[in-house]
Amino acid sequence: MEEQFAKTEIRKPENIVYKKTDLMVDRPLSYCPGCGHGTAHRMLMEVLEEMDIADKTIGVSPVGCSVLAYDFLNIDMLGAAHGRAPALATAIKRLWPNHFVFTYQGDGDLAAIGTAETIHACNRGENITIIFINNGIYGMTGGQMAPTTLPGMRSSTSPYGRDVATMGHPLKITELISHLPGVYYVTRQAVHTPNHVRKTKKAIRKALELQKENKGLCFIEIVSNCNSGWKMTPVQSNKWMEENMFPFYQLGDIKVDGKLIELPKTS
Amino acid sequence: MGELRLMKGNEAIAEAAIRAGCDGYFGYPITPQSEVMEYLMAEKPFERTGMVVLQAESETASINMLYGGAGTGKMVLTSSSSPGISLMQEGISYLAGAELPAVIVNIVRGGPGLGTIQPSQADYFQAVKGGGHGDYHSLVYAPASVQEMCDHVKLAFDKAFEYRTPVMILSDGAIGQMMEKVVLFDQVPRRTDEEIIKQCPWASNGRPKTRNHNIITSLDLDPAGQERVNLKLQAKYREMEKNEVMYEEIMCEDADYLFVAFGLSARICQKSTDLARAKGIKVGLFRPITLFPFPAIQVSNVGNRVKGILVVEMNAGQMIEDVKLSVGCKVKIEHFGRFGGIIPSPDEVVKALEQKIIGG
Amino acid sequence: MAKIIGDIAINNERCKGCEVCIAACPFTVIAMSKEVNSKGYHFAIKVNGECTGCTNCAIVCPDGVITVYRAKVATV
Repeated sequence: MEEQFAKTEIRKPENIVYKKTDLMVDRPLSYCPGCGHGTAHRMLMEVLEEMDIADKTIGVSPVGCSVLAYDFLNIDMLGAAHGRAPALATAIKRLWPNHFVFTYQGDGDLAAIGTAETIHACNRGENITIIFINNGIYGMTGGQMAPTTLPGMRSSTSPYGRDVATMGHPLKITELISHLPGVYYVTRQAVHTPNHVRKTKKAIRKALELQKENKGLCFIEIVSNCNSGWKMTPVQSNKWMEENMFPFYQLGDIKVDGKLIELPKTS
Repeated sequence: MGELRLMKGNEAIAEAAIRAGCDGYFGYPITPQSEVMEYLMAEKPFERTGMVVLQAESETASINMLYGGAGTGKMVLTSSSSPGISLMQEGISYLAGAELPAVIVNIVRGGPGLGTIQPSQADYFQAVKGGGHGDYHSLVYAPASVQEMCDHVKLAFDKAFEYRTPVMILSDGAIGQMMEKVVLFDQVPRRTDEEIIKQCPWASNGRPKTRNHNIITSLDLDPAGQERVNLKLQAKYREMEKNEVMYEEIMCEDADYLFVAFGLSARICQKSTDLARAKGIKVGLFRPITLFPFPAIQVSNVGNRVKGILVVEMNAGQMIEDVKLSVGCKVKIEHFGRFGGIIPSPDEVVKALEQKIIGG
Repeated sequence: MAKIIGDIAINNERCKGCEVCIAACPFTVIAMSKEVNSKGYHFAIKVNGECTGCTNCAIVCPDGVITVYRAKVATV
């Protein structure tokens, strides 16, 4: 197809200022249009590329939408049973202490079925990096209520909205684990705008640099959208996320250099 | 000749793991096998050989730590007892599906449920028939002495890597707790990371620029692909049946009757054989050492020469199904079992032979 | 005199039409095509020549389908 506004004279390899990293496998992602997983994957791979540690990195993917992350990330990976990624990562890091080890998990995986593994890996201060994608819903199984689903939020198993009296409250697992002494760096980010993406990438870089120094567990939550599960367009879902998710899951650093950051009180 | 020591069965497991060059033990305390991790923590193999020992938060975590370690090509071990092994079934199924080498020790106690802490053989079905979901088997060894507890650890690691499969050592609380003399094999050096990378080209331990990325998973969403995985596993099990069967025959040549028993029951039946022969009853003992693969042809050969078979187990009748399938229906086959943690006496077994087989 | 010009190349076939890039562009360079690709998605296209090569669209694209070029060119 002829491109109307192409400036063909500058389309030369030496003028490329951004392209998808080769550490992303060149195949279509299985994610829905507009889903933050793809961006989170790419930022992680960009950091590995910039640090030149891909050959020393072992990743663990979860069960959930990103179960096939190992098909997209061009590094050695293991697919864990549902919720068990931190247990795998614990053993891998202990057995390969000079390697970089990360888990990539969703909210159901990390904060429901895998709560015990998450908390104990954090509490032991394993020198691993946990990347936690929180979209407040079980995307892969068809939009069921997640541990992080907001009060009143509709899902296929809370069709009239999450009733906290009978269904429990959303679990702020990131704040919860931030209080554990084994955890060194905790931050909450997003990937829906260029600025947020840049901050997320910086956070991932910081976490992996800290892993090199054996500082303890680093935990990055990425609040993301699930336009299919939320039944919105991608653009609507990003707006809804800003208006509803961010007030509850406030973005920013929660623990830095092993010290908790005082967050402004919300109502 | 190796070093001679007086040890508990559980301690022999632990010492054998260190000496076999094991890279990591991950476990959770449960009676009657807690001495495995206690011995390891006291022995500090992290200083002796560099082996990692970690007390996990649960059996679920332990087995998934095994999965993680095994997926990178490391030699990993866990041990537990019946309720804990039940919790591990999901992970064992994943290990089988992803074709990962790992050794799991079950020091069986009586069930069901929380049951008892006394010895039992009631986990035969679970160990031998798969245990978790999906079509798979673990290679299963049934040691009958502390010496075999030691030797089977090394054997189990060898076979786990040869077949890329989970291997279970199915023992019980009595063999785990009892002390016997044991000849320990010499220390095998732990493999270096470079040796592991060479030995396990399939493992996910960091992708060099020279190869494609390795993926450890038991997932294949394409039914044709998943069928291929299953066919590959089944071919592997047929190979095991051809090459890995182990058994022992005691006084079977002239036997009119036969005991078939594994593990602790076989130890008891050995005494029962002597007692019966002293009474003029010519009885032999067939002891399967591998429970999967089951010595089907071998037990059939012996079984079809005798007038009757008593299968003795510390359960309500589990291995007897495999004995019946193997021997067929021409020979009378009965079961004698005590369960819930009761260990049968040699006299009881002889009496059962007389009542159920000879007189029956 | 020299000035910075930019350009983006969009992999139409890999674009899923999520439109996240449109909001990210400070110069309204991107809009959606009327046509669809082989997967049935409307895809991102350039609708003017104002691109400065800021990379915002490419960074935020979940599917990584945008390559960005930037060059300093001489002007008379």
